[in-house]
Amino acid sequence: MCWTLFLTFIRIGTFTIGGGYAMLPLIEREVVNRGWITKEDFIDLFAVAQSLPGIFAVNISIFLGYRLKGIRGSTVCALGAILPSFVIILAIALFFTQIQENVWVEKIFRGLRPAVVALIVVPCITAAQSAGLTWQTALIATAAALLIWLAGISPVYIIVVAATGGLICGLNKKKQ
Amino acid sequence: MIFLQLFWTYIKIGLFGFGGGYAMLSLIQDEVVDKHGWISLQEFTDVVAISQMTPGPIGVNSATYIGYTAVHNAGYAAGLSICGSCIATFAVCLPSFILVLVISYYFNRFKQNRYVEAAFTGLRPASVGLIAAAALLLMNRGNFIDYKSFLIFGAAFILTWKFKLHPVLIIFLAGIGGLILYW
Repeated sequence: MCWTLFLTFIRIGTFTIGGGYAMLPLIEREVVNRGWITKEDFIDLFAVAQSLPGIFAVNISIFLGYRLKGIRGSTVCALGAILPSFVIILAIALFFTQIQENVWVEKIFRGLRPAVVALIVVPCITAAQSAGLTWQTALIATAAALLIWLAGISPVYIIVVAATGGLICGLNKKKQ
Repeated sequence: MIFLQLFWTYIKIGLFGFGGGYAMLSLIQDEVVDKHGWISLQEFTDVVAISQMTPGPIGVNSATYIGYTAVHNAGYAAGLSICGSCIATFAVCLPSFILVLVISYYFNRFKQNRYVEAAFTGLRPASVGLIAAAALLLMNRGNFIDYKSFLIFGAAFILTWKFKLHPVLIIFLAGIGGLILYW
């Protein structure tokens, strides 16, 4: 069972290009369709994994592994999900430091860099839409961005303050 | 020494990385570029570009790449640099491990916890800000060298936003665009 889990998560880790959320449909197909976990349980796990810090794909792999085979299962699933990208990036790191100075590589990366920024702007807009920003929450988002960008404040403080602020406001509202 | 720093830095990234890979970027950037100077901002942008083209989550990719590069740039041999890679990748996953195992235990109580819900009323808008900060920080002179950069940015934005092209395809096209425009 652990071996099957490992191979399944290796496959999931290998075929998801473009971030953790791209893994979701694949994970769902592999584990729900095999009957390892029900669709409802998967949605619950998804919601909780999303609210935890850290890498989402890793979180959900650990959750699933633990559900299925305890601590050994969670280790095996996380290892499987990480291993493909680890190996590929390590190979690139070994190789890239040598070709970085190449004129052609430099030209390609001159084109890539502005495109990367665009690839971050789009999910920012999508996240803003799905968060359903009101003018108050939009103010929080703007303040967070400006404090990091212009004032150079560490995102760690922003996260701590935002979570604490949310706790205080949210709990006060419920009391009323 | 550098190994301890890597370990501690990536523990922090794993512990405070709320809101997904893109929101994590400004946190990673702050730690590895601003605080420790392990890689330059251009190199960081390159890592993000590489992450978009290769499988796996951006958090793992960056840990693996930066773990290697930081140790390599400090003047160590390849073997030790690979150790750096392993340490950073292990460290970024460690907080997840501990948290998930604890929460699995109390799963049903955590699911509809009002404290967690309340904290997220603040965290959700903040992570939009974190993503915006990541984009703003990368809009610098090193990444936008001339008007051609803005052309590529505009084209990539429209193709992703309006035509929903896959990021891998965008990176591929931008690479070709770079080759042609800077021939």
